[in-house]
Amino acid sequence: MTENAVIEIKELNKWYGHFHVLKNINLTVRQGERIVICGPSGSGKSTLIRCINRLEEHQKGSIVVEGTELTQDLKNVTDIRKNVGMVFQGFNLFPHLTILENLTLAPTWVREMPEKKAKKMAMEYLGRVRIESQAHKYPGQLSGGQQQRAAIARALCMNPRIMLFDEPTSALDPEMIKEVLDVMTELAEEGMTMVCVTHEMGFARTVADRVIFMDAGEIVEEASPEAFFTNPGFDRTQLFLSQILK
Amino acid sequence: MIPAETADIKIFTPQADEAPPLDASGPIGWIRQNLFNGRLNTVLTVAALLLLAKTVPPLLSWAFFKATWASNAACDAAREGACWGFVVEKFRVLMVGIYPEQYLWRPAVFFGLLAAVVIVTLFRLVNARTLAILWFSLPLPVFWVLNGGMGLAYVDQSLWGGLMLSLCLAVVGILFSLPFGVLLALGRRSEMATVKAICVGIIELIRGVPLITILFMASVMLPLFLPEGMTINNLLRVQIGVIMFSSAYIAEVVRGGLQAIPPGQMEAAVSTGLTKWQATRLIILPQALKHVIPSIIGRCVALFKDTSLVIIVGLLDFLGMIKASTQDPEWLGHEAEAYVFCALVYWLICFSISRYGRSIEKNNAW
Repeated sequence: MTENAVIEIKELNKWYGHFHVLKNINLTVRQGERIVICGPSGSGKSTLIRCINRLEEHQKGSIVVEGTELTQDLKNVTDIRKNVGMVFQGFNLFPHLTILENLTLAPTWVREMPEKKAKKMAMEYLGRVRIESQAHKYPGQLSGGQQQRAAIARALCMNPRIMLFDEPTSALDPEMIKEVLDVMTELAEEGMTMVCVTHEMGFARTVADRVIFMDAGEIVEEASPEAFFTNPGFDRTQLFLSQILK
Repeated sequence: MIPAETADIKIFTPQADEAPPLDASGPIGWIRQNLFNGRLNTVLTVAALLLLAKTVPPLLSWAFFKATWASNAACDAAREGACWGFVVEKFRVLMVGIYPEQYLWRPAVFFGLLAAVVIVTLFRLVNARTLAILWFSLPLPVFWVLNGGMGLAYVDQSLWGGLMLSLCLAVVGILFSLPFGVLLALGRRSEMATVKAICVGIIELIRGVPLITILFMASVMLPLFLPEGMTINNLLRVQIGVIMFSSAYIAEVVRGGLQAIPPGQMEAAVSTGLTKWQATRLIILPQALKHVIPSIIGRCVALFKDTSLVIIVGLLDFLGMIKASTQDPEWLGHEAEAYVFCALVYWLICFSISRYGRSIEKNNAW
């Protein structure tokens, strides 16, 4: 085991029917590391990140999160999910609950936190993502950027040790991308372990410790942002970068 | 980009509002647009007006102008309009059947309790949670008051009837079939193959046969299958039949609602550490049920009307009592009054439920 490893993925393989989406993935994420995964659509990056909290099941290989292996055992899976926050492309806030209720739901039901304490904590996190004033509105009344920040706050309320971001800015208007990225950057500066699937290369350049490039279900290249952007080792990476950075 | 030079910029001033042309607005405009906007529509409008002119005045004259409220003899003498004295005379049996006269206060308590809960519901006096508790706690006191026991004299259920019986069957039917329907719908979407197969089997079996068949099964066949010495009275058997029937339909309605919830909701819920069951209960079901409230209200109306089929298995509900009362040798020849009154009562109740459904539909946008 690598020192300080919080996520260890070994020889991971996954199929959808006959389609081989993930091929022999090996990836280790250490405590406090910020990983950005990029790649063309259909390359398996979302599937990979969704395997880490078992929204997708893998068929071969192993994933160990904080010393617990992800298996069929539902208890293990739930335990891991409690400590691994996830932010989705489509926000996935609960539309029938207010923003505040969205945030307090999991702490009160999963951590059995008293309601008053949960509300106080939720308001603190809403303050950190700068939407305290929206606490009593419903998700449908917020802009996309505000919704995504609320979704980040919702994940943070479970006090996770790892945060997974699955294309958090892809569904946003250009004007709103920055406000979400700012929140994510602040989170990174606080030392949160983060795995982000994103096309925001500026974010990758400034925040990531390592950039991983995937194509056709494989990890093509794994490098520091410096090396990745200035001196990619594969033609496929170069092509991708030339298309995305104009 | 803001242009650097703003010296010769024009200023936009909106035009003043004008009133629309007279013939396009107001009641005249409406009539033109909706009733006479073309040859075919004009012909249809005129035909409909003629038909109404032919039918409405005689109906009004029968029901109101030439109607009497007198007793039978006076009514027979005149015999031109409706004789509403019949409905007055039969009112008690129509409402409660042949429930013993000395215990009439007990059905009165039933109607009172039901009316109270309905009023609380209509005027939204309490929140949704309390409202659900109120409705679901209704059957128990009602059963005790009507049936007897614990200090009250027993009244055999074969004596229950009339509108009281119809309402009992419908209300209890809906209340019990809602949770069963939800469970069946969840079971149908279960990942466990056996659970899924059983739920699909039950739903499709029940939806594949008419309610009458289920009532016959419950009333006639079920006793044959029960072990010796065990009896369930006819009313309870019929009630179980009604609940099973309604559950299967509500399950399909709820399934539609469940399918409308995007998978991301479940993913977001479980990714915060909620178990699948918690996520279903806290996130999926509340949204799914809100989507299908109109259809569930529709099922309530349908079920209330369907209870009139219990006449087939010998229970005299409201319609049954209407029919029976027209057979009274003292009051022969009053079918018209009986059925008009029956239709009016059914319509009032069903229309009210529909309107209530519309109103919560409007209030439920989030």
